[in-house]
Order: sequence, then structure tokens, then C-alpha cells
Amino acid sequence: MNVMNIFESMDYGLSPESRTEADQWLENRGKKFGHYIAGAYRQSTKPNYFTTYNPATGEELAQIASGTKGDVDKAVDAAVKAQKKWNRIGGYQRAKYLYAIARSIQRHARFLAVLETLDNGKPIRETRDLDIPLVARHFYFHAGLAQLGDTELSDRIPHGVCGQIIPWNFPLLMLAWKVAPAIALGNTVVLKPSEHTPLSSLFFAEILSQVNLPAGVVNIVTGDGITGEHIVKHPDIHKIAFTGSTSVGKRIRHLTAKDNKSLTLELGGKSPFIVCSDADLDSAVEGIVDAIWLNQGEVCCAGSRLLVQESIADIFLAKVRKRMNDLRVGSPLDKSTDIGSIISKKQRNHISEMVALGKEEKGTVYQPQLPLPQNGFFYPPTLVTGLTPSSVLMREEIFGPVLVSMTFRTHREAISLANNSKYGLAASVWSENINMALEIAYELQCGVVWINSTNTFDAAAGFGGYKESGFGREGGWEGIDYYTKPKPPKLPVQARAKSRSKLVYEKEIPESLIDQTPKLYIGGRKVRPDGGYSLKVFNPQGEIVGTVGKGNRKDIRNAVEAARSASSWKQASAYNRSQILYFLAENLAMREKEFARRIELQTMCDSGEALHEVRTSIETLFYFASWADKFEGRIHQVAARKTVMSLNEPVGIVGVVCPNQYTLWGFVVMMAALVSMGNRCVVIPSETSPLSSTDFSQILDTSDIPAGVVNLITGYHDDLVKTLVEHEDIDAIWFAGCSTQNAMVNKMSVGNLKRIWLLENNLNCWYNQKSGYYKECLKHSVEIKNIWIPFGE
Amino acid sequence: MKKTHFSETHTPDGFNPSTIDSRDSTQDKLVPIRAQNTGSELDHGLIAEIQANPTAIIHRANTLKNRRSVKSHWQTAWLLKAITLMDLTTLAGDDTPGRVTRLAAKAQSPVSMEILQKLKVEKCNLKVGAVCVYHEMIAPALDALKGSSIPIAAVSTGFPAGLNPFDLRLAEIKESVSLGAQEIDVVISRRHVLTENWEELYDEIKLFKEACNPAKLKVILATGELVTMRNIAKASMVAMMAGADFIKTSTGKEPVNATLPVSLVMIRAIRSYFELTGNRVGFKPAGGISKAKESLQYLMLIKEELGTKWLSPGLFRFGASSLLNDIERQLEHQATGRYSASHRHPQG
Repeated sequence: MNVMNIFESMDYGLSPESRTEADQWLENRGKKFGHYIAGAYRQSTKPNYFTTYNPATGEELAQIASGTKGDVDKAVDAAVKAQKKWNRIGGYQRAKYLYAIARSIQRHARFLAVLETLDNGKPIRETRDLDIPLVARHFYFHAGLAQLGDTELSDRIPHGVCGQIIPWNFPLLMLAWKVAPAIALGNTVVLKPSEHTPLSSLFFAEILSQVNLPAGVVNIVTGDGITGEHIVKHPDIHKIAFTGSTSVGKRIRHLTAKDNKSLTLELGGKSPFIVCSDADLDSAVEGIVDAIWLNQGEVCCAGSRLLVQESIADIFLAKVRKRMNDLRVGSPLDKSTDIGSIISKKQRNHISEMVALGKEEKGTVYQPQLPLPQNGFFYPPTLVTGLTPSSVLMREEIFGPVLVSMTFRTHREAISLANNSKYGLAASVWSENINMALEIAYELQCGVVWINSTNTFDAAAGFGGYKESGFGREGGWEGIDYYTKPKPPKLPVQARAKSRSKLVYEKEIPESLIDQTPKLYIGGRKVRPDGGYSLKVFNPQGEIVGTVGKGNRKDIRNAVEAARSASSWKQASAYNRSQILYFLAENLAMREKEFARRIELQTMCDSGEALHEVRTSIETLFYFASWADKFEGRIHQVAARKTVMSLNEPVGIVGVVCPNQYTLWGFVVMMAALVSMGNRCVVIPSETSPLSSTDFSQILDTSDIPAGVVNLITGYHDDLVKTLVEHEDIDAIWFAGCSTQNAMVNKMSVGNLKRIWLLENNLNCWYNQKSGYYKECLKHSVEIKNIWIPFGE
Repeated sequence: MKKTHFSETHTPDGFNPSTIDSRDSTQDKLVPIRAQNTGSELDHGLIAEIQANPTAIIHRANTLKNRRSVKSHWQTAWLLKAITLMDLTTLAGDDTPGRVTRLAAKAQSPVSMEILQKLKVEKCNLKVGAVCVYHEMIAPALDALKGSSIPIAAVSTGFPAGLNPFDLRLAEIKESVSLGAQEIDVVISRRHVLTENWEELYDEIKLFKEACNPAKLKVILATGELVTMRNIAKASMVAMMAGADFIKTSTGKEPVNATLPVSLVMIRAIRSYFELTGNRVGFKPAGGISKAKESLQYLMLIKEELGTKWLSPGLFRFGASSLLNDIERQLEHQATGRYSASHRHPQG
């Protein structure tokens, strides 16, 4: 190349990163890999290999063992064997291993960056400047957490063996997000990398051997979705963490329904990128480059849905198009490449089909005329404008370098359009007006909001979604809760005999002996059940002690609508919520004897026991009144001139199914926790002894709690639970009903991936606020939203 | 209605913002390009709406460095380009005709012929963009540069503080121009920016521009003293509206001089102004740029944000004194494969 010609053209030319060392490593390993189990590479039980390719060239990189059930069993056995000791050695010892891993990642930083780029097709700039530094950062952070856990988390214990399944878009980073917290907190791991990108995980296994991590603490089994299912179904795995598509996430929810494994799902998104008219538009354009053209747009939290204020839309979109012309699509190993290769032909075809659909939907498609490499699966940066909220492209995840766009008139409309999605992972908000930016951030239903920035990450700040983007948080203090569970109390609380009273359908019994008005409590009013039937309540000896309304699915529907209308409860001040809970306690205390008598009548328990339950309920109301204005978020320290505000937000509308034992307290503890954090609830009271809950509606009436915040639907659980759990406008279910229904509840929640919490087995441990379980209620009452606020003028 | 007056009130050449999305070359057909900036009316509304988000700007400037890379032949060519874009500068109280003569000699042969031969570019007639001196040094510089076609730039208007009586500042410009300076680097009254008195700033620069004719007007904003990105963005726009042919970061005498983020703000202002009026205004970062690697980063910034067309002496200059030596060392390394030492290259 002639220097004088370049002097005229001022082209960038070629600037390839060397792949020699990565090739050498593959060569040394014979380009063939087994599983990493119990501290060494093992051959598969029935050797069967698949190929991993370089998507940018199509070349074969290596043969990878396809994990069978036998392989998974072996890995789980190794993990089980290692777990007790790994937990016992203590936080400081574990911290030393995590620190060694972090250091080793840094020592092999460039090698790992090259290997990742070869296997995944993303630009070397990203693996070098983003992926690998964040991997090291994650292990450093969790080394610290391991040590601090001994003192700071003494009330929690690890789950045991965690099954972890990670995607191909950030292979090693997702490994770090999964493995670091799990092993820091005393779990052991069986991890499956994506079949598209196993190589960095396999090199990571060598790092583990180098740092002498005890055998079995981390096991890596390679394979595709079938191998993944073996992991998900394995009975000795108590925790599944998955990052990937929403459809696979739903399948995992289904597969784990029966054995009720703890689940963390980090799924898809269609994250809004909101540009207000007062934004720094040039900076917002660069934000878009980072939002949707990072990693070819194959990012779960990609800012793929541009919402731009109508008054600046033309100017802004013109700037975006101009910027697109200067993007460089090409060899991922070239240091000047912006956009590398899509992961596979299948994925590229999917992207093409979606863009074609966008044209059919009357979208205007813009693709700059950029030279694309001949081989590999490259796709140009794409902008589709002129879409509407009903366009498929506006609603479905594309997972490619395709930005779709729409306009809004006011920031309120931007909020409503942004939330008009089944997803809720992340959002980016561009405005120079802090009032507006923070209002938008506060109102968005998603786990991460970046103000005037995008796609920034740090191990100290949690990451995870709302709605169908999954549940659980990864990173930060908030990530701990998903790799630990509360320690059971040392002295088991005396279990009370299960209630023997039962409900009988009115037709089957003689005319009512007791005159009472059977009603439900919906939207702050006592209403007749839609079906017009009532049920008699019997004590264990078969004597009638009262009647209640027989709720049906329409009553559930009405209750959910009432709860939805009570949205102002979220805005109520914490002080206000606290006062109302105190007032509930005060009013219950005034009627203490009456409530005790009712418990006694229904359950035929000892009168002292009944009075104790009422007093415990009053204490419980006090407890959550105390926390209402104290269960606060955090400020994460991530970088200079950047504040990350971690907020505890109410989950939303929660369906509550009460236990048959603890007829009053079982209701009060769940309702009080949820209400204290600003949730609204639709409660199905105890099936056999519902009268304490229905009596409580009078207390609700006299305690200034807004209409619709608490709704009560009595009736047969078999009639009501299914409707409640399947309801798409309910965000979570707390189920303390009969545990035989647990699996069904898990399964039926799949529709909108509502958060499920099954409590029945814990109730005896709970009946005491000192047990630590009350705190669990608070944690389940909130979603954590991290708002990134860069500052500085 | 926000910002749309970009398209409504500022289309003197029939320029239509909807064509921004076409490539640079297409724009040339639509917009007549002038040798000098004709300026425009001061548009208060536009100035008021200028936004510059500092953290996002810093992020872009920092990551851009790693988004592009030039190696081997390309690096050689880019470094040679950097030399041709350099205002070789001496602005010291102890400048003498002898010192300026040395500098002028270096300006005409910035890299030793031996290295140029090894790089096979000996026929390129390499020289710097301009020589930049104080008024008193214009005459010796003229003598020393005779026949070279290298323009002389003179700093003016009470450089560096710019607080001399206004009529003397105008007189200083005129005197330098009449002596033969082809470019005048003026300093603005920072107080007009700090008090957001855009009218005064506009009028001041407009008078400088008139006094400057036919020389080019390079307006130094002294960004280190304007403090905020928004101030810098607004001052840049006012200066261009008043007719600045170049906007320049610093005198080299402020505590903070040229930085990539500040440059990005000014470059984006230049781009907006071009889209608005069709006038191409030049950019000159000055002060603190002393490493070859930094000079490449600036060139990348310009190429990415303004386009390759701006990488020419008419539209971009480095204000630098020690940068050349580091570039020479890098070029020798490119030529021989051995790392070089400062003393191997003739002093300026």
C-alpha cells in the first residue's frame, strides 16, 4: 500500500488483532474438548461431538462434547460432593480463590478477548474493552462479597448445587455473572455454556485448575438445549439460573414447576430508548450506537425501541442515519470494526425476516450502503421508522442490529408507550431536564434505567428485569438473595395442629341456623358474590359457625380490576402507609377478644392460643408499619461522576392465597408486608376458616386504607386459585394454600411469568417475627430498579 | 415548536436538513462551500437551545480512541498528515528573530530527508500548516519563510488574556495583517461568555473579523476558562455566527488546554453550523498535545465526527510546539523498526 495514496484518502486500513495464541491453544488441545467435571476434563460417557464455528468466517474451531444425562449426573455428583466442604471453609478462604480467578482473568485478558471474538463474532474492541474487564470486575466484587458474607449474611445459607445455563451473546461475562456469586456464597455449580460459544468457558476451566479450585466446585458440561434440560430436571440441583430467550425461560419455569427449584431468569427485552426534545441530540445518537449496535444488537437489554419526541424526530432521525453511514461492519478481529458477525445463519435469517416484516408493516427501512464481508453472517445496521405500537417489530425482540422507532408527544406518553410491552428489562432516557428524566425513570416498569447513558454495567449494581424479562437480580448486594436462602431457625417453632374445620357447599346442608350477610370485599366495598351462592363454614365438629360468599372467576376479575384502579397506593408516602398499618393494628387491638373468639369458634383451638394469634397479628402489623418507611434502597458506588440509585419498588398487584392454619395471622402477615411496600393485593382467604379474614374487612373499612388496595374473595380454592394464578394482570402470587397445588401454581404462572412464592412449608418457622422470615416477606414485596444517573457539568 | 428553526430560518442556500442523511459527497453538490465563513445573524433562540451533556461527551471521546486504530503504512501516512496540519508555534516572552528563524527552517523541512527516503515519501514536499508567532516576530518569520508558501499566523487582541483596550485590539489585528500575517488568532473576552452576554461576544468577534480582512480569523475560546461544556458549545456557535474561520480551544496559557471532550463539543458545533449554513469552519486544538498518538486520536475524532474533508490544512490545525519531535521519532521507528531518540531529530 502506497503511503502517499493513504495520505490522500486518509483511510483506516487494516488493523488486525493477532489470533496466533488462541489458535495455538486450540491446536494444543487437539481441537477437541470433553466436559470439565470434578476438576479435570473428562470424556463424554457416550462420546458424541458437535462443532463450534467462527461465525465471521465459517471456519471450524473445535469439536465439543455433547453432554448426555450421564455426563450431567456425574457433574452434579461432583458438585454435591464438593458443596459441603466448599461452604464450610468459610468466606475468606473462598474469597482467596475468587481473587485468584480475577487475577488470572486479567493475566489472560487479551487471549480471552481474542478467543471470545473468534467464537462469537463480536468485535475485538468489545471483548477487549468491555466483556473481559467486566468479567474480572465481577470476580473481584464477589471475592469481597464471599468474605463479607460470613458476617453480613450470617442469617442466610447457600442453596447447594446450582444449575446454570448461559447464552452465546456474552459468553464469558454471563459465566462470570452466574459463577461468581454462586461460588462466593458457598454453592457449587454445574454450568452449561451455549453450544455456539463454549470455548471461553472451556479455557475458564483451565484457569480454575491453575488456581487449584477444589474439584467439583465448578463443573462445565457442554451441549445444546437437551443437555440443558438434563440440568434443569436434575433432582439434586436446587437452584437454576438461566439467561436467554423468554420462550426457553418459560419452558424452564414449566420443567421446574413440580420440584419447586429456586429460579433466576434473565430473559428477553424490547428496551425503550427515549429521546426528549431537550436532549443533547448528538450525544443521544452515540447512545444509540452503544444501545443497538453494540454486539450486533444481540443484547438482551439492547435499546432496540427508539421513542423520539415528535418535535425533533426528523432532525434526530436524520442524524441517526448519517451516523449509520460511518459504522464499520467487518472482520471482528480488526480493531476498527464497529459491528461484527451475527452468531449464526439461522439468527441472521431471523433478522432478515423480521426486517422484511417491518416493510410489510409499512415501516421505512434504512440500511447504509456499507461493504459487508463475503463470508460469515454479517448484517448491516438497520433503522425502521414510521412504526406504530401495534407493529410486530415494535413488540417482538429481534436480537440483531435493527433499531425500530416511533414518536411521542409528551413525556407522559413516552412513559405509557415504553411500558406498553410484555418486557421490562432496561431503558435509556435522554433529557437535560433532571425533573423529567427522573420522573420517566421512576415510572418505567423495568429493572435498569440509564439516564443520558446506555448499556453500562458494574458488578456493584444489580441487573435483571420486570414482567416477562424474567426475575431475580444479578450483581450487587441484591444479587445475594438469589444464591442464598434464609437459615432455618435453630429451635423449630412448635407446629400447631392443622386446622380440621372445613367448608361445605350450602345446598348440601340444612337451612342456615346463623343469620349473617355473606359478602366479598372488592374495591373497598362489601359486594355480593357474582354467582349468588354462599358457603357455610363449619368447625371441626361439624357445627356451623358462619357463612361466606362463594366467589367465582368473575369475582377474581373484578377484584383485580379494583386493585389495578388503586394505582395511587404506589405513590402514597411511606409515612402514610406506615400510619395506616399502625391504625389497622390499633383497630384490631380494640376488637382483640372478638377476633380471638372467632378463631376459637372456627378451629376449636384453645382460647389462649387464639388470643395469642390475634396478638401476634397485631404485633405483625406493627412490624410492617415499622418497616414501611425503612426498607430502603441503596446507592451503588460504581464510578466517579455516576450514581446508581437502587430503588425498592412495589411488585404491583399480588394474588395471595392464605393458609388453612393460622386463619387470622396467615392473612395478616402477607397482606401487611405487601401493603407496607405499596403493593395492592387480591386475597383468597383460608378455605376452611375464612371468617377471620372476612371480619378483617371491617377493620380495613375503618382504617383509611384506600379502596382496592386489599380485596378479599372467599370460596373454594379449587375454583379460585387457577383464575388468580393465570390472570395476566397479576404480577406475583404468594401461595400458602395446600402444597399439593404448588406445581400447578408454578405451571399456570408461565403466561406472564409472574413471580411465584410458595410459603406453605415455611409457615411454622415463621410464626414469630424474630425468625428472620418476616424480612423475606419484605424482599418478596419489592422489585429492585437500578437508575444510573451520571452527573457533572 | 422546538429546534425546527434549524430548518426554517437558516436555509440561506436552500439547504434542507432532510439531506443530512446523505453522505458527505452528496452534500457538496447541494451546498456551495466558501473559502471563508461569511457568518450569519446571531440567533438567540438557537443559542439558548444548545445542549451538551458532559458525561456522555466524555464517554464518547474516551471510547472513540479505542474504536479506531491505524497501523503500519496507514500510521505513517496519518502521522505525515498530522505534520501538514500543524501550526508550528512559539509564543514565549523570550522569542527572538534567531529563535523564529530556526522554527521557520523546521517548518519547511519538518522531517529529515533520510527518514522520508526510507519511508519512500521524499517527493511529498512535506511542510507544516503554518508558523504561529507574536506580532513582533512576524517580520523575521516572513523573512525566513520567503518562497515557502507557509502562511504566518499571528496571535492578537492582547493575547492571551484579551483585556487590552478594545480599539487597541482592533488596531493590533490590522497591524499584523498589514505586516503580512495571513491568519490572525484572536482571543475572546471570556467575561461575555461567563455572563452569557452573547450579543457582546458576537459584536466583538464581528469587529475582529472586519479588521482581519483578508486574513483568516481564528478565534480562541480559552475553553479552560469557560468551564462548562454548554458554555463552550454556545461560545463556539456565537463565534461562527460572527464569522470565525477557525475556532480554537486555547491559548496554551490556561490551566487546562485542549482535551478530546472539549474538542468534541466544538467539532459538533462546527457540524451543526455547517448543516445550518453550508459554511465549513476549521478547528484548532492547541496546548498540551505533544504525543504522536494523541495527534492520531484527534485526527480520528475529526474523521468520525466531521468527515475526511476536514483533514486538510484549510479546516484543521494543531497548535503545538513539541508534538513535531514526537512524530519524527515515530516516523523514524516506522522507517527503521527501531525506537528513536529525540536528539536524532533536528531542533526547531
